[in-house]
Amino acid sequence: MKKEWVTPLLRSLLLMAVAVLLLMPVVLTVVSSFMTEREIAANYGMLGKTDTSVFVNLKWIPDWVSFQQYNKVLIATPKFLYLFWNSVYLVAPIIIGQASVATLAAFAFGKLVFPGREGLFFLYLMTMLMPFQVTLVPNYLMADRLGLLNHPGSIILPGVFGAFGVFLLRQFMLHIHSAYIEAAKMDGAGYLRIFLSVALPMVKPGIAALLVLLFVDYWNMVEQPLIFLQDAAMQPLSVFLSRLQKEEFGVSFAVSVVYMMPMVLLFLSAERYFIEGIQLSGVKG
Amino acid sequence: MKLHRLARRELLAALGFLAPSLAGFSVFYLIPFGQSVLNSFQDRLGGSFTLSNYKELLLSSSFQKAASNTFWFTAISVPILVAVSLMLALLLNQRVFIRNWLRTAYVLPLVVPVASIVLVWQILFDWNGALNAVLQHFGHSRHDWMKSEWAGFVIVLVYVWKNIGYNVILFLAGLQNIPDPYYEIADLEGAGSVRKLFGITLTYLTPTTFLVVLMSVLNSFKVFRETYLVAGAYPHDRIYMMQHYMNNMFLSLDIQKVSSAAVFMALCITALVLVLFRTERIFRSYME
Repeated sequence: MKKEWVTPLLRSLLLMAVAVLLLMPVVLTVVSSFMTEREIAANYGMLGKTDTSVFVNLKWIPDWVSFQQYNKVLIATPKFLYLFWNSVYLVAPIIIGQASVATLAAFAFGKLVFPGREGLFFLYLMTMLMPFQVTLVPNYLMADRLGLLNHPGSIILPGVFGAFGVFLLRQFMLHIHSAYIEAAKMDGAGYLRIFLSVALPMVKPGIAALLVLLFVDYWNMVEQPLIFLQDAAMQPLSVFLSRLQKEEFGVSFAVSVVYMMPMVLLFLSAERYFIEGIQLSGVKG
Repeated sequence: MKLHRLARRELLAALGFLAPSLAGFSVFYLIPFGQSVLNSFQDRLGGSFTLSNYKELLLSSSFQKAASNTFWFTAISVPILVAVSLMLALLLNQRVFIRNWLRTAYVLPLVVPVASIVLVWQILFDWNGALNAVLQHFGHSRHDWMKSEWAGFVIVLVYVWKNIGYNVILFLAGLQNIPDPYYEIADLEGAGSVRKLFGITLTYLTPTTFLVVLMSVLNSFKVFRETYLVAGAYPHDRIYMMQHYMNNMFLSLDIQKVSSAAVFMALCITALVLVLFRTERIFRSYME
């Protein structure tokens, strides 16, 4: 009798230990964001120096809970908020645009029959799998030809037409039973009508999952802005943050937290849809 | 005749739905990539046909280093990630307390920004970092983690940390889709747990595994961001990847060479995906 809960408990403890390991970097960042700049310097000032014998002082509780970093980042220097806005300005059009364009295309790939469908989809799939560097030159040449270099459009437009959304949402479209579509056809509905009132409501979790995944991906972009935007004033926070760590190490934890917040909030509020979304996408290949 | 007309209507509808995506996809990916293929066979922009770019590429030692590093990174880290996340998913799929909390904890690293990871990375793996402090404490000499052979190991660790949650969720979904009666019948026939694991669980998980491997390969290329932010454009030899090579060629404006490297890489990835598709088909026919 007693044994019935022992194994699940041990199993849970093991899984919890893994969870603690995985969450450690996040906790460390949040905790450190409440330290004063002086405390940060004392704990981590020796990073990157080779000639010292002093080690970092990994601390999980600040000596003094302080909002000094946040004050500097959010109130005293408007630069951070300005760069935050740069990030929003680049990312919002991409995720909204890609989700719209991809939903339409995914409906065609998942629910309509036309010659060349599989071949064309394979092209999308391959493009999705290519690392950024493979499409770097093509993107660069096209941006140059369209006069978009050093303009946010050079990042936004390729982003809108990225292939990932088409791939993910097609998986959801495949799940819609054809009987629904046939029934709508019987009732005399056209394809647009079927798309709007049958397909769209049924792929909502997929769209939610896509929005979160795209947001995470593009909010973190590093290579694209470095190459396409020479003008430092246009760079998003993701690029700036790494430079900041060398120049103003003392406040970089707070900046990290401010930067992480939209993603974590979006994730937690959409978690149900997000997980449902990822799960559905995996069921049928 | 009527059937023909219906098919044509469907084709027109499909074209309509595809039009916006296809237009942008062609302009920003397909056409320019075709141009890259052309460029890779020219000695200069608009020049005559030549194979010298490929010859130079394949003979260049930094390309060989980058290609083999990338190959080994993918070949080692993807199986590790898939195996670890499968094990966690198998554990999570049994009786466990606070399962939903655990699941959230596993996915959270996915939404942590690259730059924050880089901060913690430095704190842990720097010459004066926490890991070396522990080593020293136990009387070992310290390592320069990012500037030695260990760098490859560190990157695998970061890659697994970041992508584990996504894969666990995919595997959990696959596991929950295996009908319970299969296990009940196996119990009746007296099958042991090892036999059930291989005969039922892993067999019916094949389509999910295929998707997980695909996404893991895709994400293995993205670890470049973290690597770049930590170690810059010229990291230790052990972690000099194709992405570094191509970025650097691009910045030195060697368009022909980048193009041929891009075509080479695209071919390798296509070959890999075709092999995966093939394997999945064989497994699937075996299953039915």
